[in-house]
Amino acid sequence: MSNRGIVSFFRRNAVAYMFLLPWLIGFFALTLYPMLYSLFLGFTDYDFTKPDSTQVIGFANYMKMFGSVFNAQNITAPTGEVMRVDPYYIKSLSVTFIYVFASVPIKLAFALFVAILMNQKLRFIPLYRAIYYIPTLLGGSVAVAVLWRKLFEKDGLINAILGSIGFTDLPGWITNPSYALSTLILLSVWQFGSSMIIFLAGLKQIPMEYYEAASIDGANKRKQFFTITMPLLSPIIFFNLVMQMISAFQAFTQAYIIGGGKGGVMNSTLFYTLHLYIQGWTYHEMGYASAMAWVLLLIIGLLTAIVFKSSNSWVSYGSGE
Amino acid sequence: MKGKSNQVFAKLMTHLFIIVLGLAMLYPVLWMITSSLKPNNMIFSDTSLIPKAVTLENYVSGWKGYAGISFSKFFANSLGLCLAAIVANLASCSMAAYAFGRLKFAGKNLWFSIMMITLMLPAHVTLVPRYILFNTFGWVGSYLPIVVPKFLATDAFFVFLLVQFIRSLPTDLDEAAIIDGCGKVGIYFRIVLPLATPAIITTALFTFLWTWDDFFNHLLYLTKPETYTVSRALRTFVGDAGAVSNWGGAMAMSTLSMIPCFVLFFSLQKYFVQGIATTGIKG
Repeated sequence: MSNRGIVSFFRRNAVAYMFLLPWLIGFFALTLYPMLYSLFLGFTDYDFTKPDSTQVIGFANYMKMFGSVFNAQNITAPTGEVMRVDPYYIKSLSVTFIYVFASVPIKLAFALFVAILMNQKLRFIPLYRAIYYIPTLLGGSVAVAVLWRKLFEKDGLINAILGSIGFTDLPGWITNPSYALSTLILLSVWQFGSSMIIFLAGLKQIPMEYYEAASIDGANKRKQFFTITMPLLSPIIFFNLVMQMISAFQAFTQAYIIGGGKGGVMNSTLFYTLHLYIQGWTYHEMGYASAMAWVLLLIIGLLTAIVFKSSNSWVSYGSGE
Repeated sequence: MKGKSNQVFAKLMTHLFIIVLGLAMLYPVLWMITSSLKPNNMIFSDTSLIPKAVTLENYVSGWKGYAGISFSKFFANSLGLCLAAIVANLASCSMAAYAFGRLKFAGKNLWFSIMMITLMLPAHVTLVPRYILFNTFGWVGSYLPIVVPKFLATDAFFVFLLVQFIRSLPTDLDEAAIIDGCGKVGIYFRIVLPLATPAIITTALFTFLWTWDDFFNHLLYLTKPETYTVSRALRTFVGDAGAVSNWGGAMAMSTLSMIPCFVLFFSLQKYFVQGIATTGIKG
């Protein structure tokens, strides 16, 4: 390229890059650089309170995470340092997986059910839709997490209601390790509003003629649902599935508040991100926390890839549109 | 005739079903609001939505706040932080969205794909280095770690939302503006921003709600009680073992903390639905 070519190339692009500049700085300084830096930190024993004594310890952080799978108590880092295997890592992983795999499908099914309910020619639908969105509006807040604790305590509202209709020997849902996670799953399902609105937008795109034609052919509601609604809605189900899955893996606030800043009774609500926070900010093991963050990234990336791959077989992108 | 009355009956049943289900879902929130008006000793036993005795004592005791700092300070902090976040997001995200949605430049597709990937990136993978970075700047304990990233368009969701909207705008006005001597900067200020008002309102609205309700960043960076926001301050009602000493106060302040969200939601509902439906914003 000649000198004049370069000048005009820059002139053409300069204005656009000026507009893009804040984002570019943000991307390099606050996303790309931190990502690479945390990848590096994951191979060190970086301690926030004594950064000067940081050593590169190879895969020791990763062995610390998964050591308990191989019944290891301690692992030896390449530096000779003996480190204790994290006894709670696998627990946090399994708590998070149960949470994601239970809350996301139930939430999506419920959201779809409500969206179909709302996709009728009825009066007051905008009002109903707004009211059904309220839990989502408030659900992520500390206020609701505090409320949730109150609802599901041994002497909380839920037990008071169940008791008044004759149930006895009710557990403290939050304080019982068998039920604590379920209350958080319920809290997540309760916030179905965004998925509902996206489903509703999708349902409105399906031409009524399809259903009319199907009912002339003698297909009942059930058959119509599986042969018309589900296939035509599948791209939206797919989209909701990916987005909800990614955000469910990162759930934090509710578990933090309900567990009082810890993982709850017997770590029954020790979410992955909560464990990461405790390791990094309570114990200052930020090298380890960085390694944990990278494993989370890999897990989310892998699952997203699997969902994308599987979508070939169940998501139909209408050819006529 | 019979078919018609059947239809009316079916419609009535649907209404009834929607209302009952909706009430069941809202019951906890409604109960919290009415409980905040009940005397402290009745909160635990009373499941009804109508308080037998009304008192404001919970509001008085809750408002006292934490570490000698009252909730008037916490509300002012939250409000100030939200306004700063809105200004930051609107400025930076609309600029990036204008470049992606309207301008032609080398490397556009590459940068746009990168932006879409950052949309899916879990925040935790940048968490520790960002914290270290902000700490070396001496920013931990202030609002800067929360506001400054927003001036750099790190909330990719809003860039995406605005790009989607700007792409849908007609471009024939641009040509007229160019003939009138308007540059690309002029088009941004005089045409694109005014036409993108609905998407800008949606962005402002969600920025407010997410900043208001955000807890994690406030927990990380707002280390001094005098900088606490409402959501950070509400956490002080819950003790370290998870025990709550002043339930009445906690409920009263929780109720108050929801009011701004309610008001914005019901007054700007249209923008809400639009924002969610066009981008599929997480909830």
